[in-house]
Amino acid sequence: MSSMLADLNAVYALFLREIKVYFREKERMIAIMVSPLLFLFVVGRGLAGHSPVPGYNYQQFIFPGILCMVILFTSITYGLYIIWDKRLDFLKEVLVAPISRSTLFLGKALGGMVGGTMEAFILLILGAAIILPLGPLKIAGALLLAALFSFLLVNIGLGIGARMNSMEGFGLVMSFLTWPMFFFGGALFDLTQAGKWLRLAAYLDPFTYCVDLMRWMLLGWSVLPAGLDLAAVLFFCAATAVWGIISFGGLQQTR
Amino acid sequence: MSDFQAAIQTEGLTKRFGGIIAVDGIDLAIREGEVFALLGPNGAGKTTFISMLCTLVKPSSGTARVAGHDIVSQSLAVRKNIGIVFQEPSVDDLLSGRENLQLHSMLYGVPRREIHGRIDAMLAIVGLSDRADGLVRTYSGGMRRRLEIARGLIHEPRILFLDEPTLGLDPASRRAVWGYLRDLRKRAGTTIILTTHYMEEADSLSERVAIIDHGRIRELGTPDELKRKVGGDVVLLKGDVGPEAFAGLEFVKEAVREDGSLRLTVADASRHLKALIDRCPVIEEVQVRRVTLEDVFLKFTGRQIRDEDGGADTIFQRIAVSRNTR
Repeated sequence: MSSMLADLNAVYALFLREIKVYFREKERMIAIMVSPLLFLFVVGRGLAGHSPVPGYNYQQFIFPGILCMVILFTSITYGLYIIWDKRLDFLKEVLVAPISRSTLFLGKALGGMVGGTMEAFILLILGAAIILPLGPLKIAGALLLAALFSFLLVNIGLGIGARMNSMEGFGLVMSFLTWPMFFFGGALFDLTQAGKWLRLAAYLDPFTYCVDLMRWMLLGWSVLPAGLDLAAVLFFCAATAVWGIISFGGLQQTR
Repeated sequence: MSDFQAAIQTEGLTKRFGGIIAVDGIDLAIREGEVFALLGPNGAGKTTFISMLCTLVKPSSGTARVAGHDIVSQSLAVRKNIGIVFQEPSVDDLLSGRENLQLHSMLYGVPRREIHGRIDAMLAIVGLSDRADGLVRTYSGGMRRRLEIARGLIHEPRILFLDEPTLGLDPASRRAVWGYLRDLRKRAGTTIILTTHYMEEADSLSERVAIIDHGRIRELGTPDELKRKVGGDVVLLKGDVGPEAFAGLEFVKEAVREDGSLRLTVADASRHLKALIDRCPVIEEVQVRRVTLEDVFLKFTGRQIRDEDGGADTIFQRIAVSRNTR
């Protein structure tokens, strides 16, 4: 049997593990839906800012961005969970297994992708029912994008998690990375109306391209050409995967 | 597959953590098919030594080859040939026992058709068949250990590392595990390296024993060789008597006080027992026994290994803590 085949088997095994665990932790599934709903109903309705997209109100305008937000938070949190694994010895079993670090990384990343996509699915159904009417084709398209974004963002979480040794860093990552990524990403505002510096920050943020592409999918409106967004997302997927695998190369048991 | 004599060969293997030397230049060769025990108190460096051989920890200096592969430059090849049962529980809390074994089998490339049968067989050996589908989260400490053992064995590795494999197990499960290890060795020729606190375990299972303390190997040999080095039998005397009473008797190799009694190492004790008792003014109790590895350990490390016992408790406290913080 070729080693490549064995590796795919291992990726599948790890992927299966993550899915099983994910569907058993229902509390987490519910808890993660709270903040997007707050954004949709408090910011979306209460603040009711200006929507640059004709025919859609502000709540509908921010819906694709909030959808991406769910993916962002689920994915980064999932990735950082590897810090727990390291401290609780469960990782040791996988580290000593005859699989390469890239196999381990891929299994984890694909497993995490399912979590992010599932959360997006729940919010999509909820949104289609009460906020933004969507056909099955659009929902399917949005799910495909959700899987792609989730992969990208899980990679970032895993890469950081592999380099961190304490859970204290968790809050730091959330404050200094996740929230800024969300706010600069243009989920809540129209990038074309933003100031120069804000725009510059937005274009450096991988999340911006996710939001823009999702908006194109659901509203048919985007700041950048959709093809450019997609190219950017694919580039970031590849770059973060490479970076994540390198981070996993240095992974050791911590005490 | 290269033909090699030594399953494990280390040269000056050393690990420093900051200023502390955990493993201090160990040179060791373990033959293929050998059952080898590392005996030592907590903190002696056993776990670090094994972790380096399993490619989990990088050595500070020195080299080692496991199954003919370098542990640093060919770590993946090393991992393909080994199995390990960890001292700390590393089974997955969020999966069931059966799922843990399944995941492990898939990671280690056990042929798909064989997985199911092997899992059932292993579960039966460690006595977990009836709880196999419960989440590990709900297992007791002993059950986790047994699952951990089943997992380390299920892919039938060529070299098996067991770090305190029966710590916290009841005597019946312990014997079941020993039986399986002996069988595995006989049937598959597996090389087995175990660390242990339990003298009985080292004595009854292993062909050679290394006594390790402060990161170095103090003594190495078969259990019988080591016992001979103590130089005789052990006589324990209780009563009003001190070591000075036996001065000048050449068959008394050593006399030390120990928990209110006097402990003598005597060559050929049965022949000299009368002479010993004649020297005691008042005597309440006499005990004569063969040398055990316990005595060997005491002689070469100056410590009694059972002082260190109690690791069993801490392991379970740890599980409790980790569960609460998760």
